[in-house]
Amino acid sequence: MSAVKRAAWEERPTVAGRASKGVAVVVIALLVLFPLYTIALTSLSSSDTVHRVGGLVVWPGDGITFDAYEQMFRNPVVLRSLAVSLGITAVGTAVSVVVSVLGAYSLSRPGSFGHRTILFSVLLMFVVFPGLIPVYLWVSAIGLRDNYLAIILPMAVSAFNVVVLRAFFMSIPQELFDSARIDGAGEFRVLWQIVAPLSKAVIAVVTLFYAVAYWNNWFNAFLYLDDTGKWPLALVLRTYVVESAPLPQAAGLSEAPPTLAVKMAIVMIAIVPALIIYPFVQKHFKKGVIIGAVKG
Amino acid sequence: MTAPTIQSPADAAGDAPPRAAKPGTHWRARLRRDWPLVLMAAPMMLLVWGFWWIPALGNVVAFQDYKPYTGGIFGSRLVGFTHFQMLFSDPDFLRALVNTLSITAFQLVFYFPVPIMLALLLHSLTSAKLRSMLQSVVYLPYFFSWVLVIAIFQQMLGGAGLLNQLLRAGGFEGVDWMTDPDTFILLVTSQAIWKDAGFGAIIFLAALAAIDPNLYEAAAVDGAGRWRRLWHITLPGIRPVIVLLLILRLGDALNVGFEQFFLQRSAVGSQASEVFDTFVYYSGIRTGDFDYGAAAGLFKGVVGLVLILAANKAAHMMGERGVYSKS
Repeated sequence: MSAVKRAAWEERPTVAGRASKGVAVVVIALLVLFPLYTIALTSLSSSDTVHRVGGLVVWPGDGITFDAYEQMFRNPVVLRSLAVSLGITAVGTAVSVVVSVLGAYSLSRPGSFGHRTILFSVLLMFVVFPGLIPVYLWVSAIGLRDNYLAIILPMAVSAFNVVVLRAFFMSIPQELFDSARIDGAGEFRVLWQIVAPLSKAVIAVVTLFYAVAYWNNWFNAFLYLDDTGKWPLALVLRTYVVESAPLPQAAGLSEAPPTLAVKMAIVMIAIVPALIIYPFVQKHFKKGVIIGAVKG
Repeated sequence: MTAPTIQSPADAAGDAPPRAAKPGTHWRARLRRDWPLVLMAAPMMLLVWGFWWIPALGNVVAFQDYKPYTGGIFGSRLVGFTHFQMLFSDPDFLRALVNTLSITAFQLVFYFPVPIMLALLLHSLTSAKLRSMLQSVVYLPYFFSWVLVIAIFQQMLGGAGLLNQLLRAGGFEGVDWMTDPDTFILLVTSQAIWKDAGFGAIIFLAALAAIDPNLYEAAAVDGAGRWRRLWHITLPGIRPVIVLLLILRLGDALNVGFEQFFLQRSAVGSQASEVFDTFVYYSGIRTGDFDYGAAAGLFKGVVGLVLILAANKAAHMMGERGVYSKS
């Protein structure tokens, strides 16, 4: 997208117009950024400062300390939940991306054997849902309770992501496929050596969507993990921060509810992965990857 | 550039030239030719059927006197529509229905226009740098989980939150927005706006970018000011997208989100926060009446499906492209 220049026919912007636009931009940006700023600052403040202020710290100047993070990482429950979340996100995203890219590629070649059936059973997922209770009964019945697979498998295929990938694959010029086939390349080779390299941007976006979904998911964990020792970070966040409950099994370490600084440190840990990956993928939004896909 | 039309994935099926599938080709010959494609789709099909369509058959428990331990799904007695009749005399269910519909209606008025206004603002920024910075900022909360969003709101608006801290410091009485059932609808709507409105602007931005700039120039030459151009060119230009998203939202009227309400149910009480999905969870899983909960869930699924089909039909009748078109 090139820089937008004012066209010759367009009026000069009025002072009032520019001022109100400027105010709107600042207010909107602050609505998003200010909460994040004050939460980050509180997590970096000493418990004395937090106590004196009586809540979230807004003004820097009392110095920065990593006490809250140290305290958080000394807590085995938080530490383990962080590892669990990282593991679920890594494994789940890998499974989802591989399965979706393969499936979407298959769906992007119409006329092949079973194509209509496969396409139909994916597209129907947009309007027909199995419902909470039947899935719950089924996952319990096949013995996945207390198993991390109960979190990953039910959300491993997102119809939306498959359709996004498929739409992009279908926009690749047919000539590339034809010439590859004449050169004797099979489907797997075409996917790996031609389609995948051309689709890096859309695959990156889909990877982000899957990773975020796994990282943020807590309901599956809440439903299927009876053993609190297996909890992912999102459940810890809910119990520890939202409900302010003392953590289970935190043997001797935090019998009392956690201090505000530690709570905010947990919030930060839950946010940080998104903040790290986001800039790498965000530039692809602008290339219209998603919009192109939504267009079909 | 073409006008921004959003069409259903189903339409796209005809985009690429189909493989030379002669109608008469024997299925065995096609399988011999296409087995790598079938193999590629196999893991996806396994997951889609194994965790979506096969469990969907379990909805049969809605028609059973389901006994999880002694009967199971094959040994329980069929009771027909008993559970559905019970639903409509259950005040909790009716309250969930009313709450869901009022929240949907409220958000149609107060949430729906926000991404459009945001897109208009972003589109009108002449500095590309400022625009992309603001975009990055407003998209961000979309990637936060509901647990996180609620934790953040709690710290800002809750009883011990920042706002009350300031109010009390200024000598005022604090208000705990996070536990007040009367203002709950305002709270959930502002949470939804904070989290999703920014990302929701993407689609309107794309529609705005696709409007032919010559139209603006011609209008300006004819003497139309910026407000008339907004009214006569910009808004008609993005109308198909607005109608489409409005329809999608109407078709989705029974879905107001589960996590957001579930997570705040204990804080504000079920009177204000019980919606369809939380009702299914509490009546089904929490109390163990799986058959009753499944009936509520199935009712929601069927009504939701009818709504989306009807909304799409309405769109066609109004001359807009719907979510999918008849092939």
